[in-house]
Amino acid sequence: MAAGVLSGVRQVLRGPRLVSAVFSCHGQTLSSASAAVKSAPDTAATEKILNFPLTQPDYFHLSELFTMKDLFEARVHLGHKKGCRHSLMEPYLFGSRLDIDIIDLEQTAEHLQRALNFTAHVAYRGGIILFVSRRRQFGQLIETTARECGEYAHTRYWKGGLLTNAPVQYSPGVRLPDLIVFFSTLNNVFQQHVGIRDAAKMNIPTVGIVDSNCNPSLIAYPVPGNDDTPVAMEMYCRLFKMTINRAKDKRRQMELLKGISASV
Amino acid sequence: RASMAASSCRGVRSILWKYGSCGKNFCVSRSKTVPQLPVRHICVSSALWKKNLAAAGPQKFTLEFINKQVEEFEIGKRHLANMMGEDPETFTQEDIDRSIAYLFPSGLFEKRARPVMKHPEEIFPKQTAVQWDAEGRPFHFLFYTGQQSYYSLLLLTGSRWLLKEEIEEYLVENISDHDYMRMIQLMEKLLSMPYCSLEEEFILKFRKQLEVQSSKHEIPALQYDPQGVTFSVADGRRKTAKASITLRDSGSGNITINGRNYLHYFPLLQDREQLMFPLHFVGMLGRFDVEGSVEGSGHSAQAGALRLAISRALLSFVSEGEVEKMRQAGLLTADPRIKERKKPGQEGARKKFTWKKR
Repeated sequence: MAAGVLSGVRQVLRGPRLVSAVFSCHGQTLSSASAAVKSAPDTAATEKILNFPLTQPDYFHLSELFTMKDLFEARVHLGHKKGCRHSLMEPYLFGSRLDIDIIDLEQTAEHLQRALNFTAHVAYRGGIILFVSRRRQFGQLIETTARECGEYAHTRYWKGGLLTNAPVQYSPGVRLPDLIVFFSTLNNVFQQHVGIRDAAKMNIPTVGIVDSNCNPSLIAYPVPGNDDTPVAMEMYCRLFKMTINRAKDKRRQMELLKGISASV
Repeated sequence: RASMAASSCRGVRSILWKYGSCGKNFCVSRSKTVPQLPVRHICVSSALWKKNLAAAGPQKFTLEFINKQVEEFEIGKRHLANMMGEDPETFTQEDIDRSIAYLFPSGLFEKRARPVMKHPEEIFPKQTAVQWDAEGRPFHFLFYTGQQSYYSLLLLTGSRWLLKEEIEEYLVENISDHDYMRMIQLMEKLLSMPYCSLEEEFILKFRKQLEVQSSKHEIPALQYDPQGVTFSVADGRRKTAKASITLRDSGSGNITINGRNYLHYFPLLQDREQLMFPLHFVGMLGRFDVEGSVEGSGHSAQAGALRLAISRALLSFVSEGEVEKMRQAGLLTADPRIKERKKPGQEGARKKFTWKKR
């Protein structure tokens, strides 16, 4: 039953439209007629597990993970100098003081909440999350964060067709990440990271920490904030780790509850 | 339908998608019966229908398929044992072959064409292990970098493979150059495998950490001769001259080169000054007895070689601070200048032939 549920989940991840597909999948794995009858409440319960969180605005209570004061103390509001400013970042800036751009923390808090919520939902549905950053300072930190969450990281040189030419770069039948989180959207030569464009080409949603010299246009959930200070990066890593762990634990809890209710 | 399509457009067929009903008329863009649904023309060319057999490669079998085949094989083996009246627990592959030959006698000459019942591992070609689980999630957290083992072997940076001499020392055996090259090739191949991080310790045994290239001077060891006098031996080179010096403590400042007094060997003051400079710099002119042998090149190069050798020998008699001062004075740096080669089309290394305007 568990195997049937898992294979059903993988298909339902893409969208809640496959009642017939799930039925046929169950038909292959469970041969007896009685088992086929049992699969009807199974699908209903699975649907409930997957659809109910989407109806709530903050199902995982992520607003309690950070406050604006925490962001301020982690120096998230500090941007680059006025000369480095990207014109598309102007709406997110509070102003500039002594030539340094200050990012508006109210907007950052909002954007961060949205991004964390999206990440949590993706993790809840068993999606693959890839952390990307080309800052060598924080590569080790990001890799350890990924390892602790059970997700994936890529903090090295980005080879050409990793996303767009995946069957050739890896093996045929590889599964691409369902969400890419950029801890810094620029690469080492201050150009936009190739992964942003490639993810957009492959229809993979992106979450990115955009600093005042970055281009936020191709990123699905930009989070304006500082990407240079170690304190800020540690805070982001901690937040993402806590969200993903929370979402996965919640999912395990719901599966257990469903198992208990189904057996009852 | 196909013939109509072929007549209308060569090789391109447009399919109307509309709740499964295929209309005969391909030119209709809007259907009258269901006005609220837009009709999608999905144009497909016949070339795309053909499977690209060359690009597909050898047929891949999923792990579940192979496992299922293994289960069926085991069950079939037991059935076969029952049929032959033998014990299913102790039914070996030879017994299986014998039973199949008995039950399905075949007159075919080609042995491989006859009916066969073997373990699926021997029938299906071996494939590279799939690097992700049933849900598609890769096992290794660095999978998406493309080189998961390389990046996870962080200890590989700052180290090099052991040299042939070092391997010989490790193995206590002599190996040829060919053997050594083959060994390094095999180790590199091992590193390129997906699960090589399991054999990290084994691989690290054959790698040597590179020392940080700081200017660490090799201080020659202080030796004691039978009379109890401390002495140290050092070498020096300059151009093609090779010199070897023995510096003896509690001496009176005698310098002997190739058995002759330095006054005889170096009639030129400049060369003798070169010899004196290291001792004068550390202020131990009258303390040591210098005994040296030198060969090759000319008098100036020999003097330079001897100077370097004396400075190196002095390192063992002198403190850390003094060593740094000597290094900064340039006493410990080997002079890399050699005679520049003559180039074709020129008189010498730099001198050109007479330039004629016309």
